[in-house]
Amino acid sequence: MVSIKRLQEGGTDIIAVIGEIDASSSIELDLAIAKSVGEGFKRILVDCQALEYISSAGLGVFMSYIEELREKKIQMVLYGLKEKVANTFEILGLADLLHIRDNKSEALKLANELSV
Amino acid sequence: MNYRYNIGCSLANLKGIRDFVRTTLTENHVPELQVSAIVLALDEMCSNVMIHAHHCNPDDSLELQIRNPKAKTFVFEIIDDGSIFNINKFEEPDMQSLVHAKRKGGLGIRLVKSIMDKIEYVQEEGRHICRLTKVI
Repeated sequence: MVSIKRLQEGGTDIIAVIGEIDASSSIELDLAIAKSVGEGFKRILVDCQALEYISSAGLGVFMSYIEELREKKIQMVLYGLKEKVANTFEILGLADLLHIRDNKSEALKLANELSV
Repeated sequence: MNYRYNIGCSLANLKGIRDFVRTTLTENHVPELQVSAIVLALDEMCSNVMIHAHHCNPDDSLELQIRNPKAKTFVFEIIDDGSIFNINKFEEPDMQSLVHAKRKGGLGIRLVKSIMDKIEYVQEEGRHICRLTKVI
């Protein structure tokens, strides 16, 4: 249902989420973010270009890390959301609580700016 | 029209529910963004029933029905015989308090109430029916 790949570029961890995240698969996203945080990355980008669907279970994972990331001064930026996925974030007003950008270069730029 | 879908209460079956809702609404010419929102609401409701009323037991089942009683009005019914899980009895949690509590749950109820026009619960012949109405 969902496939998650991580790759590192210049000290930034990029988590690519491919497929659909629902109540049965949100644990995969949770584990990937937990690993990234556990490994000490200060900039995390979430590549959502191939994310086809997200339910509240997946949104809840992002929500549950907001405080921890703030405490640990980790910058997480999501990018490449398809319209139907972005709409789900908007219904909940999550777009105001998370950092979201259109593409990878903008996401990286924001993560770098916030890290200063 | 009256479409029916029966499925075991395993979270692995949520994808089948989403496909059923998406196909049915697309066949009935509902615009794509609305289809996506409704698919989401049904996923949320069915996963709530599976988790809270059936503890994800794959031997229990639920039935999903979709009707289109009049133009632009769609009625979705989730029918099961588990314990009732009535989201009208739950307050939508405040977003900031969810963030503060690092909670993963509670967002689904807010989504369903935002997307659907009406949420009702009825009992017929010992079965629970959660009826969701959406005007397109």
